[in-house]
Amino acid sequence: MAVPIHLAYVDGPTPTWADALVSGVADVFPNPIRTIAAPVDLGPCFVPSRQQHHATLVLAALLRHRPDSTSKIVGIVPVDLFIPVLTFVFGQAQLDGPGAVVSTYRLRSEFYGLPADEGVLVERAIKECIHELGHAFGLVHCDFYDCVMHASPTVDEVDVKGSEFCGHCASMLEGRGWE
Amino acid sequence: MSDRRILIVDDELSVRSSLEEWFKEDGFKVETAEDGQAALRAMDRGPFDIILLDLKMPGMDGITVQKCVREIDPQATIIILTAYASVETAVEALKLGAFDYVTKPVDPDDLSNLVRNALRTRALAEENVRLKEKVSELTQAAPILAVSPMMEHVLEMVRTVAETDSNVVIRGESGTGKELVARAIHAQSRRRYFPLIAVNSGSIPETLLESELFGHEKGAYTGAQYRRKGKIELADGGSLFLDEIGDVTPKMQIDLLRVLETHRFTRLGSNQEIASDFRLICATHKNLEKLVEEERFREDLFYRINVFSIQVPPLRERPEDILPLTQFFIEKYARAMGKPVRTVSADAEAVLLAHRWPGNVRELENAVERAMVVGKGPALEVRDLPVAAQNGAADEPQARSLAALEKDHVARVLRDCGGNVTQAAKVLGIDRATLYNKLKRYRLRR
Repeated sequence: MAVPIHLAYVDGPTPTWADALVSGVADVFPNPIRTIAAPVDLGPCFVPSRQQHHATLVLAALLRHRPDSTSKIVGIVPVDLFIPVLTFVFGQAQLDGPGAVVSTYRLRSEFYGLPADEGVLVERAIKECIHELGHAFGLVHCDFYDCVMHASPTVDEVDVKGSEFCGHCASMLEGRGWE
Repeated sequence: MSDRRILIVDDELSVRSSLEEWFKEDGFKVETAEDGQAALRAMDRGPFDIILLDLKMPGMDGITVQKCVREIDPQATIIILTAYASVETAVEALKLGAFDYVTKPVDPDDLSNLVRNALRTRALAEENVRLKEKVSELTQAAPILAVSPMMEHVLEMVRTVAETDSNVVIRGESGTGKELVARAIHAQSRRRYFPLIAVNSGSIPETLLESELFGHEKGAYTGAQYRRKGKIELADGGSLFLDEIGDVTPKMQIDLLRVLETHRFTRLGSNQEIASDFRLICATHKNLEKLVEEERFREDLFYRINVFSIQVPPLRERPEDILPLTQFFIEKYARAMGKPVRTVSADAEAVLLAHRWPGNVRELENAVERAMVVGKGPALEVRDLPVAAQNGAADEPQARSLAALEKDHVARVLRDCGGNVTQAAKVLGIDRATLYNKLKRYRLRR
């Protein structure tokens, strides 16, 4: 049975490109996809010494807004995320778990001193949502450079990889609620 | 990917759990430990491909844990993670063999690259071990058959000297297998992963030998169109085998002495000194002491090369080896020629044992090869052996001229080969044109 996927915009209004994101994720995940509101209070997740939000705490708060126990939820946040040890993360997921969180903070061209480009932002956000959802469906990083599950610790590598699963990762998803 | 294992040692739960998640997403099997004691207990469940180790922990600090981990697994790849970077601790950790040292928080790209490099380095080290084992397997020298106590003693000496770096002189008559002994020494030495470079000093004119050994620069002499490395340079790390050392000229003896003293030399036409770390193994069929007495061989060079001496006994002094060697050569040539010959008849055995084998093992091998060519049955017979006729004529060896002996031998081989000139030329080791000339000279008919 197809597992429902919820895309939740945290900390701010639903962006103008929300439909484009749903459409991009739906190209790869034919599961039922819904956009929902998740009134998560990010305040307690903020760490003043780093001026960033703790990704693990954001994810834990987000999961309290999951509509049902069988679905997967992906929170999209505009703030910068980190986990201890690392300077930042684009996102974090629970491996084979119910949820994931994606930050658009470092996906924006403006962060790198370039003019704003919504097209580029949406393309990156689609890849990161699919990537984190892949983890939530139990996939680990893939060595194939074009696979969306390829590890991408820099935004350049997000741009280089494709937005779809390679044959191997797609076959691994079968029987895991990916329909 | 899923077989890779990582151990995360850090006293902060948030660090352990976030790194655990991060590495799980990367496909690692992750174990965590909150302190040094827990890390050492986790090592029992090892080995781990990578160990990420926090430097500042309560109780046992990271440096102490690193030392203990190294005792358990000397090959462990350890990456030090710390929030408090200091040059002293970094240097100490690296001196103790840590792969790298990073300060928290680390950029995800840097951590990815670091882990990837650590895995690549570990894979290369493991591959290196596997390749060395493979090279050891492939560089096994041809087996030396040793049934007689004399040859067993030779093999014992080979084992003894192989482990050292001493120069060796192998003495023995022509055909006793001196080069085989040299190859066995090299194959059992720590230099076996580097080449054994063999040079026959007796068969090369002095000027050519000089270029052969030392190499030359472009234009060093007429015809030197390219720079060429010499054998001494090529033997760097390995062994240099100089056959027929007793035949080298006085000038070459001086040059060799200089190289042996400094392990440095210059190519012909160059002023630049080149170092080469090689072990010298020499061989000779001559009596070097006598040559020294006659002042035909430098005494200082003699002492330099004659650190360890191995005498390979002639075949006639070790008859126990004749039949095992014969069987070895029969099997070798049966495989090469695709012939069903398996053994030697009792009469042929008696002939082989009675022969004095002046050409030693080389002569025996040639005799067996020839007999395999002409032999028809499953066992080699007396008539197939070239030594049978010689044994019969052994009482009167000086009564006949060389030409007469050659004529008889050519006639006999040609007869044995059924008049087939190509086959006979092959057995005699000459080309067909030469054989035709000999047939004409001796008025022999096919």
